[in-house]
Amino acid sequence: MATTSTQRFGRRLASSVSRRRLSSSAGEIAVQRSQNPSLNLCSAINQALHIALDTDPRSYVFGEDVSFGGVFRCTVGLADRFGKSRVFNTPLCEQGIVGFGIGLAAMGNRAIAEIQFADYIYPAFDQIVNEAAKFRYRSGNQFNCGGLTIRAPYGAVGHGGHYHSQSPEAFFCHVPGIKVVIPRSPSQAKGLLISCIRDPNPIVFFEPKWLYRLAVEEVPEHDYMLPLSEAEVIREGTDITLVGWGAQLSIMEEACLDAENDGISCELIDLKTLIPWDKETVEASVRKTGRLLISHEAPVTGGFGAEISASIVERCFLRLEAPVARICGLDTPFPLVFEPFYLPTKNKILDAIKSTVNY
Amino acid sequence: MALSRAASSTPHANLLKPLAAAISSSSSFFRRSISTDTTPITVETSVPFTAHRCEAPSRTVETTGQELVGFFRLMALMRRAEIAADSLYKAKLIRGFCHLYDGQEAVAIGMEAAITKKDCIITAYRDHCTFLGRGGTLLEVFSELMGRQAGCSKGKGGSMHFYRKEAGFYGGHGIVGAQIPLGVGLAFAQKYNKDESVSFALYGDGAANQGQLFEALNMAALWDLPAILVCENNHYGMGTAEWRAAKSPSYYKRGDYVPGLKVDGMDALAVKQACKFAKEHALKNGPIILEMDTYRYHGHSMSDPGSTYRTRDEISGVRQERDPIERIRKLLLSLDLATEKELKDIEKEVRKEVDEAIAQAKESPMPDPSELFTNVYVKGYGVESFGPDRKEVRAVLP
Ligand SMILES: Cc1ncc(C[n+]2csc(CCOP(=O)(O)OP(=O)(O)O)c2C)c(N)n1
Ligand SMILES: [Mg+2]
Repeated sequence: MATTSTQRFGRRLASSVSRRRLSSSAGEIAVQRSQNPSLNLCSAINQALHIALDTDPRSYVFGEDVSFGGVFRCTVGLADRFGKSRVFNTPLCEQGIVGFGIGLAAMGNRAIAEIQFADYIYPAFDQIVNEAAKFRYRSGNQFNCGGLTIRAPYGAVGHGGHYHSQSPEAFFCHVPGIKVVIPRSPSQAKGLLISCIRDPNPIVFFEPKWLYRLAVEEVPEHDYMLPLSEAEVIREGTDITLVGWGAQLSIMEEACLDAENDGISCELIDLKTLIPWDKETVEASVRKTGRLLISHEAPVTGGFGAEISASIVERCFLRLEAPVARICGLDTPFPLVFEPFYLPTKNKILDAIKSTVNY
Repeated sequence: MALSRAASSTPHANLLKPLAAAISSSSSFFRRSISTDTTPITVETSVPFTAHRCEAPSRTVETTGQELVGFFRLMALMRRAEIAADSLYKAKLIRGFCHLYDGQEAVAIGMEAAITKKDCIITAYRDHCTFLGRGGTLLEVFSELMGRQAGCSKGKGGSMHFYRKEAGFYGGHGIVGAQIPLGVGLAFAQKYNKDESVSFALYGDGAANQGQLFEALNMAALWDLPAILVCENNHYGMGTAEWRAAKSPSYYKRGDYVPGLKVDGMDALAVKQACKFAKEHALKNGPIILEMDTYRYHGHSMSDPGSTYRTRDEISGVRQERDPIERIRKLLLSLDLATEKELKDIEKEVRKEVDEAIAQAKESPMPDPSELFTNVYVKGYGVESFGPDRKEVRAVLP
């Protein structure tokens, strides 16, 4: 069920992305649609890394098993093409990997570190929060590690259990000095990852591993960047605004389609960058619809949905016609056997859409 | 190779006694049945121990016919259980991540033979056989693997999270290296309680590169804790060969100021000897590292065929020359403590036991959905969920 829906989403996105390009985007992506090959999200990431290494001789890719292609095969072929001194395996030591990356970046390099699963980023938490995020600030701009990009696959895969399923993005959204970016589809992943690598700030880039193989769409072959901190309305509507990111958008899209059958018109926004996030786009949408629903896989309490909700209530209090709805993971560890109960599924979202619209 | 030495060249006289007894009754028809003999015999380990900052223990290990048969049986059971888990995973009856231990059985077996259930063991995610070694049942294993109520963690943990509190088995940890300092904490409590027991903290060669190991070592040494750090060196951390990841793959020496011992981890008797030695050492002098030279036959986890980063020859070479079960089989045969047929019968028995446990585990229900919310906090002392979809969370006080 999830398979077909995400596939559909990947394809649907291809059209909605290019529709938007045709109508509004100012030339950053010159697309000849029919000539672009279809890629899955994993291959799109791989392409982005090839381009990043190719276009900047001072860029490096490293992490556990990456020179063999990595557990998800995202780094396949890089070591062969760019050599062992630019694409290399590290020992199993996340804290060391990120700290090393900070030092490498501080010398003016682009350090692209892979953490094998987002669940294993916690040993590196201190390096990210205390070293990477504050280096520029506390040195009065003498030093920075802006060339650092940390890639980590996140999220549910259907049966990953406690330590292969987590969505830790909110922890990092509490840290001024780093950016957090999450793509929803192959073409987005490629453009956003290249932007992250070239952005002069340290960035944590979470990749929706559920979509590595499932999401397939046309991806422009050339080097392109998608803007950070710019949300995108991927579906226009008038009755309620839905905000999400990453793999969850495909679930939300399905709920939007079902709601449409019930005569509810939903506007769906991909936030893409979680910090610093694009409040204006979300605000403008909520001013139009008067209602907001946020959905993410991470537990509801303290999730990034809480921040969005608070900000929008501050900005749109008088315009809101119903309480902001949050359909998120439950406040439990990510479970092994109860994943469907835990997850913010389509039906939960649909119920919340209805009750918010009928409030 | 070492076996012939074991059977012939051991100087102790007590080896000769059972051998002589066996030989004197060796007419195959009248041969006594499989050994339950508890007369001590001595066997020499396959290779010498290599020591770092300590005096290596003797290579001559005391054992009995009964113990060896027990080793054979339990290792055959472990092997069979892991192979069955492989099939269950492929049939999608086991979900989540699953890491198998076949090849490494002698470590679990030999360690148990040297210690008691008052001693603690803590390990990583490759935990099925360590759990069986601690006295866990096959039903608990397969139920947990399939996420059923009868599992050792009530079906809530899965493959990586086996625990057995009553036998001092602290599990079952998913984050590489995280269990090592926990083991040191266990050892501190043991020392404080003066109960003359020790903690074994197991970790892999990959995990040996995590900073946590060195933090744990320092604390254990600083406070002279009865902590035994066991590096199960199966020579690969996922697809990475030890030498690609470690400047010095002599893991027994990497504690620097902490003594260490390198052990043939494919030889259950060597493991037993080393663990006995380590326990005595740790109670008297504080921590020690045991590097178990071992091998995993399966890939790292079920998604790894295990053949892309090592040769098939390497795997079959280990199977042929160092297999821990075959070693005991040969020893039993050469000491005339069992016949080929008796050992085959044992293997048949364990196969049946495994099949029965799987059938029984399949009957065990899945946990009740309300279990999703239990054990997050102590019942009554934390938050509870209410409402449709249980998404509303309230703090409750007892
Ligand atoms: C902190 C952390 N990083 C990465 C992983 C993913 N991972 C699981 S096992 C493993 C390899 C560990 O190898 P080793 O310590 O040698 O143990 P073995 O699997 O050989 O028993 C890796 C990289 C993890 N579980 N935790
Ligand atoms: Mg290993």
